[in-house]
This record gives sequence, structure tokens and C-alpha cells, in this order.
Amino acid sequence: MLPRRTFLIVTALIAGAIAVPAHAATIQIVMDDLVVSPAQATAKVGDTIEWINKDIFAHTATARNGDFDVAMPPKKTVTSVLKKAGTVEYYCRFHPNMKAVLTIAP
Amino acid sequence: MFVRLSAAIAALSLLGGAALAQGAKPTDPQIAHIAYTAGVIDIAAAKQAITKASNKDVKAFAEGMVRDHEAVNKQALDLVKKLKVTPEDNDTSKTLSKQAADKLAELAKLKGTEYDKAYVANEVAYHKAVNGALETLLIPSASNDELKSLLQTGLKLFQGHQQHAEHVAAGLK
Repeated sequence: MLPRRTFLIVTALIAGAIAVPAHAATIQIVMDDLVVSPAQATAKVGDTIEWINKDIFAHTATARNGDFDVAMPPKKTVTSVLKKAGTVEYYCRFHPNMKAVLTIAP
Repeated sequence: MFVRLSAAIAALSLLGGAALAQGAKPTDPQIAHIAYTAGVIDIAAAKQAITKASNKDVKAFAEGMVRDHEAVNKQALDLVKKLKVTPEDNDTSKTLSKQAADKLAELAKLKGTEYDKAYVANEVAYHKAVNGALETLLIPSASNDELKSLLQTGLKLFQGHQQHAEHVAAGLK
């Protein structure tokens, strides 16, 4: 049996850990064979995007309006948190044919 | 005229024409060798461009060529190792290499904007020729599915390179 005070602290820590990310979602966007999918995705400010690069090439997700510029090394997954709302067109700077749209709600 | 039909392109056309006319399809070990050689040629041209180009878009394009073609060639080497295939040197590869060396020497003599334009024009023409050879000869001739799939990815990538080069060329006018 844990002493009562330790138990309370542990409970409080667990509750705190759960409470923080409760409303934020994680959305996956995949670069595979020089195609971004989904080509249209929706998310909210505070959500995390998991950028999954399945290709042997380096890619980027570069917002045309300058809101984000994420570099994805070959065969790697990187994450970024959305900070600004808006409908953002983005593309790969290295392979400009790779284009997609991310709609971010406030 | 700074754009001359590159000798390498002539070799690829020869590959599409003469080799097909004889009904002699290249084998997988030959296809692997030709594709790898074509990549090496473009990497060499790009490395020259990184040191010689004055325009920043041309330089960035060249850096992209090194990055992408090295990635494809590494994948090609891994694949032939996995398949236990030894790439086989052949007349097409030899002609390509010889004529690419001549082109590199020709470009080496140019400077400034003249060099930039000539390099990018050659990249447009070279990717066009390689894509033509991939589409009409190398991909249809490949018998191994993984090799075929890698060549198809290559084609998609190089079509993008061709468009990118055309875009850069338009910006140099």
C-alpha cells in the first residue's frame, strides 16, 4: 500500500497528464511515390500533423503563404503543431508537382 | 545557338531506335547499368553546376538533381544486390558516358549566364531523352517487377525534373 499522500500526488499527476492534450488530435499526412495524401485535409489549431515520408527522396511541406515549412528526410516521420488557422496550400519545394491543401479551423 | 542536340541524347535515341529495330531488348542487368549510368551522368553535371552556376535557382536545381539522383542510384544498388544481379556494361552505357564526358568538357568552357542557360537547356533535353527511353524501352523491357517499379518511380521523378528545368530555363530569359 502506498502512503495516502503519495497516492494523491500520483493521481494528480496522471489526471494532469491526461487533461492537457485531451482536445488536440494527431493527423497523418503521407508522402508516397511523389504524391501527398490526403490531398485535402482538415485540422484545428493545436493539432499535431504527423508528416510521414515513405519515399527515398527528401520532401518538404512548404506553405505558399509562409505559415509553415516542414523538412522531411527520406523514410522519416516528423511532427509539427498547427499554430494558425486558415486554408493553406502547400507543396514540396524539391518536387513542386506535389501539392495539397490543409484547412485549419481556429 | 547554345543548345545543341547533346550526344548523350543521340545515344539514347540510338538505344530506342537501332536496338529496337534489331528486336534486341536490353536485359535486366543491362537496364540496371544504363539507368545507373544515366543517373551518374546527371549527378556529375549537377556537381559541375553547383560550382559554376551563378543563378541561385540554377544552383538550387542542381542541388536537387544530386539529392534525387543519388537517392535513386542508391536504391538501384540496393536492389541489384538484393536480386543478386550484376549490372552489365553495354554499348549504350559506354556511349552515354563518353558523350556525357564531352558535354561536361564543353560546358566547362562556358561562364556566367551563358553557362547557366546551357546547363539548364541540356538538363531539359537530357531528362526528356531519358524519360523517352524509360517509357518506350527500359520500362517495357524490364522483367523483374521491383526493377520495373523503381524505373517507374524514376520516370515520375524525372518528369518532374524536366518540368522543373523548363521552369528554371524560362526564368533565365
